[in-house]
Amino acid sequence: MNGVHDMGGMHGFGKVAPEADEPVFHAPWEGRVLAMNRAMGSLGLWNIDIGRFSRETLPPDVYLGSSYYRKWTLGLENLVVRYGLVRPSSCRAARSSALRQRRRALRSATASA
Amino acid sequence: MQLRVRALESILTEKGYVDAKALDLIVDAYETKIGPHIGARIVAKAWTDPEFKRHLVADATAAVAPLGLTGRAFHLVAVENRPRRHNMVVCTLCSCYPWEVLGLPPVWYKSSPYRSRAVIDPRGVLADFGVTLPEETEIRVWDSTAETRFIVVPMRPAGTQDWSEERLATLVTRNAMIGTGLALTPGEIAVTAAT
Repeated sequence: MNGVHDMGGMHGFGKVAPEADEPVFHAPWEGRVLAMNRAMGSLGLWNIDIGRFSRETLPPDVYLGSSYYRKWTLGLENLVVRYGLVRPSSCRAARSSALRQRRRALRSATASA
Repeated sequence: MQLRVRALESILTEKGYVDAKALDLIVDAYETKIGPHIGARIVAKAWTDPEFKRHLVADATAAVAPLGLTGRAFHLVAVENRPRRHNMVVCTLCSCYPWEVLGLPPVWYKSSPYRSRAVIDPRGVLADFGVTLPEETEIRVWDSTAETRFIVVPMRPAGTQDWSEERLATLVTRNAMIGTGLALTPGEIAVTAAT
């Protein structure tokens, strides 16, 4: 199957921009999502190709507009739903609950400032 | 993304698929234990031990196994630079990379500019890294797959004849093992140490 992930030889992406003294992870969530992918992969429900396929089949605009670890997050979300481990509604519920927690934290931080 | 990932972690933890402490260990391993220093040791050993180098170039997976380096779908190929042939590694399809010997890939390796251009304009990409090779040097670009990953054995710099394996390893940078750089020279190391 071809797709935007098959990038060899494409024009127009510009120069390569190496970063000096690059950290392993640029934010803590990147490490968490990498670790979750490793841990979930080790359950043996899917193999490395299925994992890759779940990222390559993200909508082309999402694929091109996402960082590496964002793709890993979206790919893992799709896999756990597809394999019936998590209901799509619980993903949404967990996200809104995390959002509520952050709002509360922000409010209390503002109140005490 | 922080929130979205935390949400995913809390569901998977609640359902017992992952354990926060196990995730901590994985993160720590990639931050502190698995990195390009492993590949640098392999290259330095190849520079000093011709028998090991022959084995490495013939069958890298088997050659590095005694160092405890094995892994899921781990098939490693070592490609050796020569005065007239430079090797460079890319993964045009995703970001396949020899994690076991180089750690996690840098952002530029996973970026669209590198993945798209390495195979069509390798000299232009090398210029982005400040590397210029003589016109007559052939450049071979190796496109990785999920099954086969590559490590470049850079050329040993001049003036290091009596160096120990350990000291030689300090010259072997991550980019030299991807092929977007060359091994440091003793002079460059002295400058780095002074700054």
